[in-house]
Amino acid sequence: MTTYYSEDHEWITVEGDTATLGITKHAADQLGEVVFVEQQDSGEEFEKGGEIGVIESVKAASEIYAPLDGEITAVNEDLADNPSALNEDPEGAAWIYKIKLSDSAQLEDLMDLDGYKALIG
Amino acid sequence: MTDAPKRTPLYDLHVALGGKMVDFAGWEMPVQYPMGIMGEHKQCREKAALFDVSHMGQVILRGDNVGEKLEAICPQAYATLKEGKARYGFFTNEDGGIMDDLIVSNAGDHYFVVVNAALRHQDIPHMKAHLDGVEVTEIFDRALVAVQGPAAENVVGDLCPAAREMKFMETIVADIDGVECRLSRLGYTGEDGYEISIPDADAERITKLFLAHEDCEPAGLGARDSLRLEAGLCLYGNDIDQSTSPIEASLAWAIQKRRKEEGGFPGADRIQKELADGAAKKLVGIKPSGRAPARQHVEIQCAEGNTIGEITSGCFGPTVGGPVAMGYVAAPHGKAGEQVKLIIRGKAHDAEIVALPFVTQNYKR
Repeated sequence: MTTYYSEDHEWITVEGDTATLGITKHAADQLGEVVFVEQQDSGEEFEKGGEIGVIESVKAASEIYAPLDGEITAVNEDLADNPSALNEDPEGAAWIYKIKLSDSAQLEDLMDLDGYKALIG
Repeated sequence: MTDAPKRTPLYDLHVALGGKMVDFAGWEMPVQYPMGIMGEHKQCREKAALFDVSHMGQVILRGDNVGEKLEAICPQAYATLKEGKARYGFFTNEDGGIMDDLIVSNAGDHYFVVVNAALRHQDIPHMKAHLDGVEVTEIFDRALVAVQGPAAENVVGDLCPAAREMKFMETIVADIDGVECRLSRLGYTGEDGYEISIPDADAERITKLFLAHEDCEPAGLGARDSLRLEAGLCLYGNDIDQSTSPIEASLAWAIQKRRKEEGGFPGADRIQKELADGAAKKLVGIKPSGRAPARQHVEIQCAEGNTIGEITSGCFGPTVGGPVAMGYVAAPHGKAGEQVKLIIRGKAHDAEIVALPFVTQNYKR
């Protein structure tokens, strides 16, 4: 199991051709208190760079962009009732989607933890 | 031309307290502290929160009959404003739009005016041009701090006993730890509290004395915005501007009876006509049914799907526990209870027109 990071502050944990996607602790801290998460439905397909959801904090709305091509296979529905989980455990219980990857080679465009740490300084 | 953002005398204190600094109207101001916007908001509703509002313009007006002269540019009854009293108001333009909103206080030998940070450069020349024989002086050497919340009377009163005797919309000069300050019992959160004008040199020290009270914590612009919105108070630039009339903005309460009848202020024709016949659109409270916040510029539709207006301010209301918004709708749709749709990112969400404010105002009348 390997974890990758995007420049848009998402993390992806990959096992085989399925992956779990969420936002990083750094992103959650920057957003502030999350009050609403707009998620797409299971079965939705998306392309790298496409908008796949919106996270609303007290102050502002922030889009979630797909870090690669894929299809949503599961949605973390707990976030609808408990959006603040994204502040409490963004890299654990508050995952956002399970996805099926279309092209695993795209993972090479993402960063590892060291690369991400360097990005956020 | 880009000027470096300005700093208030409390800048170092904000940074020391962990304030997240942002550019606001050309000023580097704290948007929040480590407690977070929700915590700061609750702090203000339950105990007391301290806001730095030094970026707002503080202006002294000196001369004969200042109140009467102000009536030529404001629809408020400032000629009859008693000494020691403050009154909310606004400058109107010839079209009946709102140029800025402000608080005017009769300080006895002068009038004390507080205007919005972003508009001080417009307001000062406007007053100089229209207040004949009045000396208009903007103060640059005093901080302005707001202590707001049910515990504000104790926070301020422990240092300044005279503050406890004040009623809502009263202003005095009083000593706080050896410093002569102007205290006004008002604010913009819906809570009881004070705005306190303090000489720059003493601002940090006095502010720390307030913050040393166990019930007082610092709060930033983020909480200030959600607090004022829950309280149904307009933010200039969002909810009111040069094109909106006070009647459209549901601010008729801020125009006193004599002025409504007599007119004699810029835009009186339009404003008196709207008072008599109603305005075509109206600023209302809007409560989304779901959890999705409706932000500024979200389209409002009637139940049948026709566009009837637009959100001007919207956020998550921590005290309400859900999203709250204000916006303009066509007058026939402006009654409380009307069911509407909000188009958020292309999707229609149910909402209802509600009476403002969203939370009960807690002023010491």
